[in-house]
Amino acid sequence: MIKNIDFSKWWSLPTTEKVIGMENYDEIKLLDFGDFYINVTIFNSWLVIALITLVCWLSTRNLTAETKLSKWQTVLETAVLWLKNETQETSGSSNHQYLGMAIGLFCFILVCNLLTFIPWFRPPTASLSTTMALAAIVFMAIPYFAVKNAGIKPYFRKFIEPIPLLLPMNIFSEIFSVLAMGLRLFGNMLSGVMFASILSAFIPLIAPLTMQTLGLLTGSIQAYIFALLAIVYSSSVKKEETN
Amino acid sequence: MDSYAIIGAVSVFGACICMGIGSLGSALGEGAAAAAALQAMAQQPDESSRIRSTMFVTLAMLETTALYALLVAFLALYANPFWNYAVAQ
Repeated sequence: MIKNIDFSKWWSLPTTEKVIGMENYDEIKLLDFGDFYINVTIFNSWLVIALITLVCWLSTRNLTAETKLSKWQTVLETAVLWLKNETQETSGSSNHQYLGMAIGLFCFILVCNLLTFIPWFRPPTASLSTTMALAAIVFMAIPYFAVKNAGIKPYFRKFIEPIPLLLPMNIFSEIFSVLAMGLRLFGNMLSGVMFASILSAFIPLIAPLTMQTLGLLTGSIQAYIFALLAIVYSSSVKKEETN
Repeated sequence: MDSYAIIGAVSVFGACICMGIGSLGSALGEGAAAAAALQAMAQQPDESSRIRSTMFVTLAMLETTALYALLVAFLALYANPFWNYAVAQ
């Protein structure tokens, strides 16, 4: 039973209190079911997923191997080829096992970050729950790929290298390197959103545009870095050289 | 001075100091990294695309320390637990 639907909160302009206080997207309830609620973060994530799915469906409808390609196919092929090369160079493995994770993370974060150019679209990546969920995916992907590629023994031997005394340090670094990924994305996006909203409260005309343009650049770089670091961490355990 | 004034003043002061010192080290480090990358690009223009992508990753990782300072400053300003405790008292 839906108790309350309030879609006006989705696009509401930043008021003075909201600009002075920190906006918490997880607290803004769109659909209230009583026991649980759908907040802006989840709703905007759904929008982004729907957009990516729609674009992928539209562009893969008429795939051809001929010389005359549609515009959609050209753009998507360029992106996929670029990511494929980057993945292979970074991971050092020639098969495409990291490609799915890399493309998924990159596309989701990129579309989330680029959609900030729509005024008052609240990017899901500016919420700590989204970025930590993405980091959790990487946290689970690291042992998966390590065990799959190198086996269980080399994966656990990584923790007692170079000496077994460093075991707690290695465990900490394993956890915090992934935590830092989530915090980095969150901090970058939050600072961009906060800068834009604070500037638009003081100088509403041209000045926020410059920060938003800079935010597009940082957003795309952050998406690239998140995908790249995910591959670097996942491919850190390699198969041992046979003598 | 009651506890409100002390907590508020120390929070704002601490946030400003945190941002100032935190961004200083990160800015110096990023400048050094970018300078080294530019030098490498000038010496080997063929490798500039690889150097550039590596430089961006390095810059983003260096920027992380400044972002942690920013997060701490935001926490001190907007989500200060001691302020909430003083309000609840």
